[in-house]
Amino acid sequence: MRVHSVESFGTHDGPGIRMVVFLQGCKLKCLYCHNPDTIDTHGGKEYPIESLVKRAVNMKSYFGEFGGVTVSGGEPLLQSKELVHFFQRLKEEGIHTNVDTNGRVFNHFTEELLDKYTDLVMLDIKHMHEDGYQMLTGQKNKETTFNFAKHREASGKAMWLRYVLIPGITNTPELLHEMGNYFKDYKTIEKIEIQPYHKLGIHKWEALGWEYKLNDARENTEEELESAVEILKNYFKEVKLN
Amino acid sequence: MYKIRDHIIVNKEVKKMELKQFKNSVWNDAIDVRDFVINNVTPYYGNDEFLVGPSERTKKLWDVCLEASKEERQNNGVRSVDTEIISGISNFEAGYIDKENEVIVGLQTDELLKRAMKPFGGFKVVQKALQEHGLVPSNTVTELFSKYVKSHNDGVFSAYNDEIKKFRSLGLLTGLPDNYARGRIIGDYRRVALYGIDRLIEAKKEDFAGIEGPMSDAVIRLREEVSEQIKALKDMIEMGKKYDLDLSRPAQNAQEAVQWTYMAYLAAVKEQDGAAMSLGNVSSFLDIFIEKDLEAGVITEVEAQEYIDQFVMKLRMVRHLRMGAYEEIFAGDPTWVTEAIGGMFSDGRTKVTKTSFRFLNTLYNLGASPEPNITILWSNSLPQNFKNYCSKVAIDTSSIQFENDDMMRTMRGSDDYGIACCVSYQALGKQIQFFGARTNLAKTLLLAINGGRCENTGTQMVEGVEPLEGEYLDFDKVMANYKVAMKEVARVYNDSMNIIHYMHDKYYYEKAQMALIDTNPDINIAYGVAGLSIVADSLSAIKYAKVKPVRNEQGLTIDFEIEGDFPKYGNDDDRVDIFAHDAVEDFNNELKALPVYKNAEPTMSVLTITSNVVYGKKTGATPDGRAKGVPFAPGANPMHGRDTHGAIASLNSVAKIDYKDSQDGISNTFSIVPKSLGASEEDRISNLSATLDGYFSRNAQHLNVNVLNKETLLDAMENPEEYPQLTIRVSGYAVNFIRLTKEQQMEVITRSFHDSM
Repeated sequence: MRVHSVESFGTHDGPGIRMVVFLQGCKLKCLYCHNPDTIDTHGGKEYPIESLVKRAVNMKSYFGEFGGVTVSGGEPLLQSKELVHFFQRLKEEGIHTNVDTNGRVFNHFTEELLDKYTDLVMLDIKHMHEDGYQMLTGQKNKETTFNFAKHREASGKAMWLRYVLIPGITNTPELLHEMGNYFKDYKTIEKIEIQPYHKLGIHKWEALGWEYKLNDARENTEEELESAVEILKNYFKEVKLN
Repeated sequence: MYKIRDHIIVNKEVKKMELKQFKNSVWNDAIDVRDFVINNVTPYYGNDEFLVGPSERTKKLWDVCLEASKEERQNNGVRSVDTEIISGISNFEAGYIDKENEVIVGLQTDELLKRAMKPFGGFKVVQKALQEHGLVPSNTVTELFSKYVKSHNDGVFSAYNDEIKKFRSLGLLTGLPDNYARGRIIGDYRRVALYGIDRLIEAKKEDFAGIEGPMSDAVIRLREEVSEQIKALKDMIEMGKKYDLDLSRPAQNAQEAVQWTYMAYLAAVKEQDGAAMSLGNVSSFLDIFIEKDLEAGVITEVEAQEYIDQFVMKLRMVRHLRMGAYEEIFAGDPTWVTEAIGGMFSDGRTKVTKTSFRFLNTLYNLGASPEPNITILWSNSLPQNFKNYCSKVAIDTSSIQFENDDMMRTMRGSDDYGIACCVSYQALGKQIQFFGARTNLAKTLLLAINGGRCENTGTQMVEGVEPLEGEYLDFDKVMANYKVAMKEVARVYNDSMNIIHYMHDKYYYEKAQMALIDTNPDINIAYGVAGLSIVADSLSAIKYAKVKPVRNEQGLTIDFEIEGDFPKYGNDDDRVDIFAHDAVEDFNNELKALPVYKNAEPTMSVLTITSNVVYGKKTGATPDGRAKGVPFAPGANPMHGRDTHGAIASLNSVAKIDYKDSQDGISNTFSIVPKSLGASEEDRISNLSATLDGYFSRNAQHLNVNVLNKETLLDAMENPEEYPQLTIRVSGYAVNFIRLTKEQQMEVITRSFHDSM
């Protein structure tokens, strides 16, 4: 697999303590991406799957009741074929598996991965509207993400939503209510995590020589975060600020 | 205050008792506190919701203590010293903080934070310490100790040879207890509360009668020691009388149980000023008396907490007179009143009681503090509510440490043990320990590279080490030399220990503590090593990269050039972690082969306290790329910044050091910024509990936990008076951050903070 980096004490990407494998490569180029160095599909380093399995097994005693392995990115599902093998091995070792995805990749490897080997999907809802989606990600067709959610719902397996909250862009009450209404009947959604927009990734854009186009955006105020939580609480079992 | 949500209670044992009487058993006929505890304890599986805040009386007292502590800091670290009275069990009149508000009384001297002279360890040290504060001992004391009385320190130096002195002065052995008290002996202070002193004297007299001839050295010595113990017990009764307490009889209620236990401890710290004077494992013992009074309706939770708060407050006010140089090894004026809390009984029940929670609650009621040095005996089987409360306290206060109860209890044999000093197992009332400071393994490696000569001075330290030649260091040759050097260093180290403990028994015998311990206890001799990560990384560099020694005109290697990369300790990489494992095993085996005073059993620790800074200063450049004079990593920690694979990989490397080879303890300090531990408080608590479960299930032994932002520490350096109680864990103990030297503060700040996101 092409890996950007491995975090051995991940506490913000899924439940409990996790080994987080950031895979290299993504077809989107989200304006706020805080890991832009994972976007280039040619970057990263090739890791043998067994070496990652071994690392996960060495961490297993720390995973406890909740923790496990998360694959994030980049977009991990671009490497669905390899992930099938990786997750199959992790399940053999009794380790909880989690994919952090934008839900834009779906092929028969993805299907096998999700249905057979993935305990939890964290699905990133970029924007409820097509124009907003395109503006933020540079790609068309938000529907793919929604279809992905439908598939997960049909499988009956656990899912979390993640939503980057950007003042003036994704935090309007209308958008939040719309998202709540869209997903409120989903039974597999255990929680939604709000990821407050932050500028910590800007230096990485500069290092890559890329222009950071979201300079005008600002970070959320406490009140904005609270009010978003209040709205979403009407629709989801649990709303969490990450 | 955030409350932990209730967990499903497993294995709940509700013992509804009618008005409780103590259950009788073996403890009635023999001195056996463990048996009393096992038969009468009420394990607690619930959460922290029953806890209460401090009483008005406690608050008033603590305000006085805080003010006095401030005066102490402003007065160069010492509030006052008595220069007339030689400290002893009953030599001082009663002292109070504010008598009418004290439910637990007793001070070391007749005044709060007034320090006392204990010159039997070494009179020169007392003189020096006083002189640093512009004082001198009274003429009588000076005359006594310069003309008539021999101290432990005089004794040791009358027997030391040149070789030991050389090892000492050039930094191969540091912190030897040869001019201060060895400490590390834990009296079973509970005995005074349970039995009363008359009964203890009776038992000692029986023992004495049974120690019969032929009168060999050992028999004569033991008879003399027991006589001293009986004297000490009688003296304790006198000390009690000064406070209108009748310690000759058993405690009859909860307040007395706390008071009697404290008085027994107080006797110890009046007589001795050992580096570490642990308290043992008193919380669940005291809980039995507290439960009884609560059930009888004699007291409420407010009084129960008040006893513990005021007891702990007294423990926080313990002081010893130290000279400035002592700070280099043990910074922050520590006393190591180590109290072990939690753990499991061998029968599978938990030792956690409500009073375990009450002790931890003092960190909220009185604020964070390094003392008492609260140590959680962690077991995977501890009630989840207790685990999470401990994690919460660690996150909120950075004041507590954790040790592996499952491993120590099963490997060492007793479920009734305390922690001597920082990290060392000690069965209570059954076992003692001779403290042995530590040797410098990194410098030992440099002897192997320099033909047995000191890398700084060229002094020949050990014989039989072949000088190395050639452009690059050859791994096999270095290894062969290193083994020779280790053997020699172990020999000198052992010689010095034998002299020190012989003399300590002779001139500064711990009669008060030994009076509360079985007459012929098991003894461990506690050796230690420093510089472990440097050794591991250096050997890795020599093996996996190319290391070119830079030699001066004397032929001494003063620096190293490293070509290529090499695996580093702290990344869960077996290629290098094996060097750390083996260095501990090899050196321990060398020590174990040597004869020890009183047939003590050698044990070894990987622990530095704060001496990692001074050790670094005395050690030249090392083959891992560390420059001359740079501090070592503390304890068994990986070197700062070299553990690049995250917190767990770092923990896993340390967990590979085998406790069997290092039964005195393997200290690791884990510092993390709050956000890295989780997004919400609930996550942080649950993740820390999981981390501890994970680490200890890999047979690791000890973990200090600091949950702090670097910015807080930097701000505290700038504005110390705003952080009077800021506490951080360093190797094996906790300190008031603002009482560290600037150098030590910087060392703590540069140490690995796990903050990657």
